[in-house]
Amino acid sequence: MTSSLPKWADLFLIPAINVLLAFLVAGLVVIFIGEDPIRAMQIMISGSLGSDYGIGYTLFYTTSFIFTGLAVAVAFHASIFNIGGEGQAGVAGVGVAMVCLTLDQTYWLLTLPLAVIAAAMFGAAWAAVPAYLQAKRGSHIVITTIMFNYIAAAFLVYMLNNVFKVPGAMAPESRRFEAGAQIPRLDQMADWVGLEMTRTPANISFFLALLACLGVWLLIWRSRLGYEIRAFGFSEKAAVYAGISPFKITMIAMLVSGGMAGLMAINTVMGDLQRLNLDSVLGAGFVGIAVALMGRSHPVGVILAALLFGVLYQGGAELAFEIPSIPSQMILTIQALVILFTGSLENMVRFPLERLFLRFQKGTT
Amino acid sequence: MVLNETEVAGRPAAAPDAPAIELIGISKAFGPVQANKDISMKVQRGTIHGIVGENGAGKSTLMSILYGFYKADKGEIKIGGVPTLIHNSDDAIKAGIGMVHQHFMLVQPFTVLENVVLGAEDGALLKPSLAKARTLLTELAHEYELDVDPDAVVGDLAVGFQQRVEILKALYRHADILILDEPTGVLTPAEADHLFRILEGLKAQGKTIILITHKLREIMAVTDTVSVMRRGEMTATVKTSETSPTQLAELMVGRRVLLRVEKEAPKVGETILQVRGLRVVDHDGVERLKGIDLDLKAGEILGVAGVAGNGQSALLEVLGGITEAAGGSVSMNGQTLDLVGGDDGRDRRHRGIGHVPEDRHRLGLVMPFAEWENSCFGYHDRPEYQANSGLMNRLFMRDDARQKIEKYDIRPPSCDLKAANFSGGNQQKIVIAREIESNPDVLLVGQPTRGVDIGAIEFIHNQIVALRDQGKAVLLVSVELEEILALSDRIIVMFDGKISGERMPNDTDENELGLLMAGIDPKESVA
Repeated sequence: MTSSLPKWADLFLIPAINVLLAFLVAGLVVIFIGEDPIRAMQIMISGSLGSDYGIGYTLFYTTSFIFTGLAVAVAFHASIFNIGGEGQAGVAGVGVAMVCLTLDQTYWLLTLPLAVIAAAMFGAAWAAVPAYLQAKRGSHIVITTIMFNYIAAAFLVYMLNNVFKVPGAMAPESRRFEAGAQIPRLDQMADWVGLEMTRTPANISFFLALLACLGVWLLIWRSRLGYEIRAFGFSEKAAVYAGISPFKITMIAMLVSGGMAGLMAINTVMGDLQRLNLDSVLGAGFVGIAVALMGRSHPVGVILAALLFGVLYQGGAELAFEIPSIPSQMILTIQALVILFTGSLENMVRFPLERLFLRFQKGTT
Repeated sequence: MVLNETEVAGRPAAAPDAPAIELIGISKAFGPVQANKDISMKVQRGTIHGIVGENGAGKSTLMSILYGFYKADKGEIKIGGVPTLIHNSDDAIKAGIGMVHQHFMLVQPFTVLENVVLGAEDGALLKPSLAKARTLLTELAHEYELDVDPDAVVGDLAVGFQQRVEILKALYRHADILILDEPTGVLTPAEADHLFRILEGLKAQGKTIILITHKLREIMAVTDTVSVMRRGEMTATVKTSETSPTQLAELMVGRRVLLRVEKEAPKVGETILQVRGLRVVDHDGVERLKGIDLDLKAGEILGVAGVAGNGQSALLEVLGGITEAAGGSVSMNGQTLDLVGGDDGRDRRHRGIGHVPEDRHRLGLVMPFAEWENSCFGYHDRPEYQANSGLMNRLFMRDDARQKIEKYDIRPPSCDLKAANFSGGNQQKIVIAREIESNPDVLLVGQPTRGVDIGAIEFIHNQIVALRDQGKAVLLVSVELEEILALSDRIIVMFDGKISGERMPNDTDENELGLLMAGIDPKESVA
């Protein structure tokens, strides 16, 4: 991709314009419903960022989206489209629950690291099969990861009903974790330093997500492995010429990707639900695709895009509450529009912008 | 002549003395790149007009404008003196322009007849068109040595014949002006000579021919006039009889160039690389190498001549560890190489085999990578590129890249620029610098000067000779016979996956090698 745009325009201006366009079209949809789009916008923003309660929920969603966004981003660098984040996170939830149910009589500082390892390993394992099938058998990973999402959902139901369910209970869910598997929420952490914050599900895994961003950045742009992943992603033939094994890179990239997706289970299962049930992922795996697309597969971009989607989710929930005639599906519509404008229609913005910049440059020189 | 007698509908009557083509002030920019700058050119009817220029000089852009692929930003096209708007290839065909592309535009499973008629059928039923085409083809074959079996399937034909089908297609569409883009790149010398006879025949019938090429020898041999392009501008148009290859080369590059390689006699040492019975079968089950035996010695350049597609690429790729062998053995300094798996590029480099691949765009470079990232590509696992932290030593990588840029005169001298933003010649210098500076014992070189400007060719040739003078072994694959003859200390010729002959360069000539390249034993053909 050679672009005549300055880096800042490429990284920030284009996504910003894309989002703006998505919101404009979404605004039109709101007008069609017969509501005031300006008011809807105000409710969304104040509902997600206007109070510490709103911010807490926004950060909670953001945390999940950072993990799944990173998952898609890492695979993107190897030119692999991992859309199995949903399944990988779901299966990782099983791993997290197993660790938590075993160790919740101890202390969270012991449980958390082991749960992190379990989440990453379960997520990676679920990504490993499609990766192997692509690397060795040429089965297209988009197809296999989608299929693995369904298998994961079925696996989760089976585990809940046959392994985790408390005898006699009706709901397909595990028992509640004891104190030894409860990680600090952000409001509790604020309390440690003497600040007051309304109780929300946002928790310490937000910082884990930021750490993961740093890790991905180091991996992709500073390590030899990342160099090989990017080389492979840009040109498989060149990678083979340089002695980089396509099998190895496909496997590693997908293992890291699956591991990242898996980590989001820490945020939801351990940080919020405090048990394993069917609600641990709820589409966050798919949102990760939009986040990675918008964030240009860069950790900083992923954080910003995840934050935007966090705002959309929390603000959207408030919106559906305040204006019942705007259904919560509206958020899905906006999300779809963002994907449409950032993913499919990117050149619609890019080309005119490049021309504009050229004219501007000619004018100055 | 059938074609001229038929009035072509919709074509304005041309003024009889007007030039066949007149371009006036053509300009075309792609983003910031000015591909064509105010180009004016006249091509007289019934002449062969050559256009030469380095890669990226704007030849192809200009022809694409003439053929309607691109729209010029400015300028006018006159065909036969009549201002003509050409928006697409249909307009071009209507104006009597035919184009033979570098990469043929043929439907491989169709017969010759079907390909010729395709898109120019007279009605809904095929039969009358095919019958008409058959008559025409027979006449053309007779008149211009354009003989091709009309019922042969195109995919089964040799390249030279496929090219004739392209010419026939254009003639069937009543082309008076024929543009040929690098037509001899895939031909043996004999096939090329045949093509030139065809072109002479067409010229004698009043057709106008534009020949785009970078081979000065061809320009001198067949053209009447020649235009030289440099950096998007037309720097000169001269009568071929009044110029010389040296002058043309100077006009193309903008400075004096040496067309010959100066080198001393080789000091040949021990055999380093020994290849025995090497076989390669590709994904489609086609046997690309059918048992190759060769010995590569220290201090020599072994040239591999051959028409593209006769196994040279397969040889380079299997030796470079990119593809796997189906049989045979390769040993280096007595140690056997692993030929299975096809991902042994790293192993080869560890053993001291460098590889300048034929296709630098897809193999040799990662185009979106910066120059400094490409500058150690393949050698990036060497300890000097690793930092103590376990990450890559970017400072060293960049220093290393800057040194190579300086030593190999890579321009522009910026290691932060993406590989894609360098010219062909400088991209090749990036690859050559990387492979030679890795200090290999054996260097595999494929098409080192393909798409490389004349100025850089000189430099690259000297680097290869310098490596050989250090006692290293070089295996040079090239489809340019001149290059093989100029550089090699020993020449083998490949045909159909086998070695069809071995010669010493001062003991052979282009004719003899040309016969070997076509699979003909020169001794037999004499008898």
